[in-house]
Amino acid sequence: MASYLSAAIFIGFHGLAFAMVLYLISVGLSVTMGLMGFVNLAHGVFAVAGGYIMTGLMNRFGVPFPLALLVAVFTVAALSVVMERLLYRRLYGRDELDQVLMTIGLIFMSIAVAKYLFGSTPEAVHLPSWLSGHVDIGGRDFPTYRTFLIVCGMGLVIALWLTVERTRFGAQLRASVDNLRMAQSLGINTGLLFTKAFALGSGLAALGGGLGAEILAIYPGYALENLAYFLIVVAVGGMGSIRGPFVAALLIGIADVGFKYLLPETGSFIIYAMTMALLLWRPQGLFGRA
Amino acid sequence: MSETVSDKIAAAPAIAAFARRDRLRAYEALPWLAAIAAYFLFPTYLPLGAQILATTLFALSVDLILGYAGIVTLGHAASFGVGAYTAGILAVRGWGEPVTGLLAAAIVAGLVGLLSGLLILRTRGLTLLMQTLVIAVLLYEAANKATSLTGGADGLQGMQVWPVFGIFTFDLFGATAYLYALTALFVAWLIVRRIVYSSFGRSLTGIRENMLRMQAIGAPVYVRMVVIYAVSAALAGVAGAVIAQTTQFVSLTSLGLDRSGTILVMLIIGGVGRLYGAFIGVPLYMIAQDQFSQIDPVYWFFWIGLFMVLLVSFAPGGVLGSLARLTQRWRR
Repeated sequence: MASYLSAAIFIGFHGLAFAMVLYLISVGLSVTMGLMGFVNLAHGVFAVAGGYIMTGLMNRFGVPFPLALLVAVFTVAALSVVMERLLYRRLYGRDELDQVLMTIGLIFMSIAVAKYLFGSTPEAVHLPSWLSGHVDIGGRDFPTYRTFLIVCGMGLVIALWLTVERTRFGAQLRASVDNLRMAQSLGINTGLLFTKAFALGSGLAALGGGLGAEILAIYPGYALENLAYFLIVVAVGGMGSIRGPFVAALLIGIADVGFKYLLPETGSFIIYAMTMALLLWRPQGLFGRA
Repeated sequence: MSETVSDKIAAAPAIAAFARRDRLRAYEALPWLAAIAAYFLFPTYLPLGAQILATTLFALSVDLILGYAGIVTLGHAASFGVGAYTAGILAVRGWGEPVTGLLAAAIVAGLVGLLSGLLILRTRGLTLLMQTLVIAVLLYEAANKATSLTGGADGLQGMQVWPVFGIFTFDLFGATAYLYALTALFVAWLIVRRIVYSSFGRSLTGIRENMLRMQAIGAPVYVRMVVIYAVSAALAGVAGAVIAQTTQFVSLTSLGLDRSGTILVMLIIGGVGRLYGAFIGVPLYMIAQDQFSQIDPVYWFFWIGLFMVLLVSFAPGGVLGSLARLTQRWRR
């Protein structure tokens, strides 16, 4: 009996940590897809860029972890504004195919640039002493870093939820997702709003990439190999939703850790099969609108 | 004095042009002449040539659903890989006859395409895109884990492919492989051309352009899309099988996401929905890749990525699309 409980706690804990990373990375993608109708396959590039900047600053220049993470987030957010203005903006409202192709192109470029700058081995994450080791919670040992990750993730989820539900920016964002033309005719500067939302989403992705570097290893193929996971979170949660991807990330994070722990020989197969079944049952995702 | 129907048709240039639209034109011989010329001119590049021809067939199958029916897919490697593994597993398990191997690959890939098409083609847009992707990763993971059947991450080894018709052995120089791939491509091209110019093909274009209107005039949109999806999957399966048989190896990358992505890239370079985009884009891409990769495979990804971004931003329609725009401007 005790072993079942241990297994359940193990799966729940590590699943939750994975879910936080998935959510931070995918929520921006959900907004881009829902608000701007843009198939941004290159969203993982922002996450891996965040991871590279953070680990690079820490490993090469000895910058402390929190500062490195902050620099990574703001650098990526600023870069994403440039890219939105230069590249993405041209393709709003164009064919899905064009958007798919351009963002695949961006993924390819990111792979080459990362290989050139950092080599093909995954980046090592050297955690500060206050985050390594284990903490004792209720008589059980948990890895300190993952506990920190879960707490941080929860805090961010609440902050993001408050931003979307309680601020003027959030109200404009929700209005534009609901009805873009109406929002425009009410005088909301949707062009500026897109840029802000894009920067926020990319910054969160960089945060997810940096915080999650210990779970999803930072290496050149990151954006392509993990693409299916990010897209699945968005598709299961429902595009344009803030809450949907959270529920989806929880489901997928915990189910993924659970199946890999209990049935390692099936790998990710069951997750994909469940996603397929869910999309057949609800093509618009759990919280998306038909 | 009474005019017959055929007189009326002959008198109307538009109808006459429509009736003649599937007639073979002189320029349509060009790709085949080029392919035969390449066989004699570049004998040392025949293995690469066989790969190019089989990949052209794969791109042609993508063009059928993307260019004509307007289905954007991120998972067509699923059909390609199913075909490759079908031919591969047959050859490992003692049936190395290549032509029946191709047929088996077409049937299995076509069936998988039919089933997945029945499931996913009720949705549109992003959801459909996602479902094509999920099917591909699902099959990838299945092949990865079913090591006793597929060899898993090590790839499928030990294929014994018999000579074609019992006569032409697959040689080290790739001469047989080249002609074999060329024949497969030619047959597939005849089929695709027939489909595209048929009334069925016309209705696909109609579905791509305006699905609601096609539904309104009573066209069985869903059934037609499922049919073309299955046909395209079967052709992609043949392409996978040709590569499996000529290289005597199948790896997991044949089901990979990057294959689904790069085939789109190759097709787009040539031009989508133009029947010949595949014949231009695939050789351009693969020859450039071969040359650049000798310098550095990493840079290749950078340049092709940059090229994609610029192409989509500034030259939509690919090579053929840009040529068409240029000639239109010139005629004006």
